[in-house]
Amino acid sequence: MSNPTDLRYSKEHEWLSPVEDGVATIGITKFAADALGDVVYAQLPEVGESVSEGETCGELESTKSVSDLYSPVSGEVTEINEDVVNDPSLVNSEPFEGGWLFKVRISEEPTDLLTADEYTEFAGN
Amino acid sequence: MSSSDLRHTALDALHRSLGATMTDFAGWDMPLRYGSERDEHNAVRTGAGLFDLSHMGEITVTGPQAAALLNHALVGNIATIAVGRARYTMICQEDGGILDDLIVYRLADAEDGSPIFMVVANASNAQVVLDALTERAAGFDAEVRDDRDAYALIAVQGPASPGILASLTDADLDGLKYYAGLPGTVAGVPALIARTGYTGEDGFELFTAPEHAEKVWLALTEAGAPAGLIPCGLSCRDTLRLEAGMPLYGHELSTSLTPFDAGLGRVVKFEKEGDFVGREALTAAAGRAEQNPPRKLVGLIAEGRRVPRAGYSVVAGGEVIGEVTSGAPSPTLGRPIAMAYVDAAYAAAGTAGVGVDIRGTHEPYEVVALPFYKRQK
Repeated sequence: MSNPTDLRYSKEHEWLSPVEDGVATIGITKFAADALGDVVYAQLPEVGESVSEGETCGELESTKSVSDLYSPVSGEVTEINEDVVNDPSLVNSEPFEGGWLFKVRISEEPTDLLTADEYTEFAGN
Repeated sequence: MSSSDLRHTALDALHRSLGATMTDFAGWDMPLRYGSERDEHNAVRTGAGLFDLSHMGEITVTGPQAAALLNHALVGNIATIAVGRARYTMICQEDGGILDDLIVYRLADAEDGSPIFMVVANASNAQVVLDALTERAAGFDAEVRDDRDAYALIAVQGPASPGILASLTDADLDGLKYYAGLPGTVAGVPALIARTGYTGEDGFELFTAPEHAEKVWLALTEAGAPAGLIPCGLSCRDTLRLEAGMPLYGHELSTSLTPFDAGLGRVVKFEKEGDFVGREALTAAAGRAEQNPPRKLVGLIAEGRRVPRAGYSVVAGGEVIGEVTSGAPSPTLGRPIAMAYVDAAYAAAGTAGVGVDIRGTHEPYEVVALPFYKRQK
């Protein structure tokens, strides 16, 4: 699966959707999901919580490991994906679609995101 | 370690063609998983799974005094293993600490009547075991031979595995009991067929020459497809053995524990003839375990969904009362599970108020007796 060109990417392997009415959707990339293996538990930030670019805001557990979840952008969480909380395997099966994690009302334009091409080269896939 | 420094099994190209995610395991580049590790786990529980275990370390011990040597070097009574049978045992240090856990197969007897044993060690300990056996062989009329490169090891595990293997072998599988092994052919090539495994299911481990490994793998893949056989990586092997309550060296077993500390004192056979390495220390350890029970290995089942990992503290009443040795989400139970050493006072099944410190939060856990999963026979 190639990395969708309408998304922007962090070096922590999160993606950020185009901003609509000040809100962007965040998830992890297919590359990251494959590296984790089956995700079994997603601890997501809470709605209303402030998140900061590059800082941890949750964690994803897979069979072999637990990984911190980083926010690629600063702002306030407006929604989390309850479907992923109930069925974390969505992160593996639909990382760029049904497996999105949370939405953020952006307070500052992110500074250090990559284009799809740049991310593909960064991740070496 | 870069990938080029790793050792590769005879099936390496096949794993890559199957799209396996590879991992460095004890210096070997091994398949971690091919697709979803949960699907692989469930295939072994319900149908069959195919594993490349060629990283395991085979050591052949032969000669008139081979049995006497192994009785001296290991804690079990190896001299009583019948031809065609296998036994789970351990090799300990002089101070009783566990160097490795092993399976010893008595493959056959040579023409002069002396036995031929194959000792199978964990990949991470194979050199240590080889060195110890070689050193302990001094004074015995026996030969210790490094046969790690002589064998590929393929396991077919799961309830469908007898039917799958039966279609490919001339061996009498009905007559082959659990922990037995005999030479035969699989897919037309010579193999040592053993009814052993590390998954908690019925299954077989097939030792073949490396040049035949691909043929055996492909034949099993084809024969097993109708029964749902899929290739399986080391990730699901770990969750399978964890559900089955089987110890893993480096987690439940180490040089700082004796078999008695690990709850496996039954593998130590004091009644056997002659001295053996560690006898004195193990006699003391057995006495200690009786008078003052050490920490006990127990099962823990999460009430929540956060997964305990090796090294996490087990807590009760705000005090640390033990340590997790292995933990994973259990596909069969649908909950995170762990094995842990806990103080004897907290080891009874159903002990209330036990938790695991998961990165600062005390998550509630139920104490259970091992194993978590036992197959229906």
